[in-house]
Amino acid sequence: MRKLRDIAHSRTGDKGETSVISLIAFDEADYPLLRDLVTADRVRAHFAGIVHGEVIRYEIPSLGALNFVLHKALAGGVTRSLALDAHGKSLSSRLLDMEI
Amino acid sequence: MRAVLPHCATQGVKIVTNMGAANPLAAARRVAAICKDLGFKNQRVAAVTGDDVLDILRADDADIIETGLRASQMQASLVSANAYIGARPIADALDQGATIVITGRVSDPALFLGPLLHEFGWRDDDWANLGRGVMAGHLLECAGQITGGYFADPGVKDISGLARLGFPIGIVDETGAIEITKLPESGGAVTTATCKEQLLYEIGDPAAYMQPDVVADFSNVRVNEIARDRVVLSGASGKPAPPTLKCSVGYRDGFIGEGQMSYAGPGAFSRAKLAGEIVRERLGIVGVATSELRIDIIGADSLHGAATPQTNSEPYEARLRVVGRTETAAAAQLIGEEVESLYTNGPAGGGGAWKGVKPIVAIASAYIAREKVRPAVTFVET
Repeated sequence: MRKLRDIAHSRTGDKGETSVISLIAFDEADYPLLRDLVTADRVRAHFAGIVHGEVIRYEIPSLGALNFVLHKALAGGVTRSLALDAHGKSLSSRLLDMEI
Repeated sequence: MRAVLPHCATQGVKIVTNMGAANPLAAARRVAAICKDLGFKNQRVAAVTGDDVLDILRADDADIIETGLRASQMQASLVSANAYIGARPIADALDQGATIVITGRVSDPALFLGPLLHEFGWRDDDWANLGRGVMAGHLLECAGQITGGYFADPGVKDISGLARLGFPIGIVDETGAIEITKLPESGGAVTTATCKEQLLYEIGDPAAYMQPDVVADFSNVRVNEIARDRVVLSGASGKPAPPTLKCSVGYRDGFIGEGQMSYAGPGAFSRAKLAGEIVRERLGIVGVATSELRIDIIGADSLHGAATPQTNSEPYEARLRVVGRTETAAAAQLIGEEVESLYTNGPAGGGGAWKGVKPIVAIASAYIAREKVRPAVTFVET
């Protein structure tokens, strides 16, 4: 069973209570696959229980990449969250665990 | 500054830094004293001020976004408000002959855009070039994050020499294209993959990266590796700057108390779970009021909670983490103490207790009209 980690890489950033997760194809030829498979709805379902707001997806074909903005995903924001990973830095690893 | 200054001063390299933090003027005076102390007489040290906007925020009675309150409703808890100011005052300081520029809060890319405005004479409404300059700043602002830091994943994304990670060098020309490279003998790597990860890092809409100087557009950027550890990025552009500046607002937000305890071997997870339930009940019995309480098992679900995939195997070890938000330090203290009490009163075999209390200054955001913010450049005596 293949996972996103086999064909793409990812990094998480944060802005307040919003998490921003990139998804970048190792080989730009795989970009159409990412675009077709990794929809905003699927990402929202994948992060159920973590993300409590909207998930917006941006397409960047020139980079072979997608950028996901997950609203209300950081339990109150980096400076006041009770979470161990208050920045949500480890969320990129959860995304790459998605089966394809 | 003592580590950096001798190398820069002897080779004619200027320093632009946001190390002024909450008091850039005092920091600039301190840096001038260090210049004197180390015998560098020709340095001209400037402070960029004007980011402290607490008075403006109060006068505006601005909305504090995340709290849903106005400034007047948070009067007692407000600690600070600092606007993310742009690159122009940094360029002004350099134009006036500064060799060291000390700022407080500025947007991170502005630290790089300022020198570009100074060097190339870009105008404040040259949106395309400002967008390119912001891209350069965005790529460089996290240092090793573009040269292989925060990237390695053994077997999938291997990077060598991370203990001697090279920091990036950005070479920008007047058309705004940027080459990212690093010293050949340093560790890490500059590849199209490391550059793409940093380009998209923390930006929301790649076509509209909001900055004080410009709304930058990275949506058509192209990334080309021209040689080993040399990558060129081009194709950024920009749109007119927003009418407001974002402010970072600090406010006192009570206390967080925490305790941890580990369990191992068969049944470790179940004992950690039981321990968490005991602490939750104890906090009720002793009357610790928490506005939020979180119980995690480190090694199982502490990072992704309900989104953690189900597994059939129990972990060999499990660490209980109980953390809660309280109004007083004393209440926060009791959370850790109840966890520590598990040593004698909890499930079998708990070890490695840890407890902590921290006062919280939380950060929220607000927006104020840009014309109300008046950045200024002040040279200090050296």
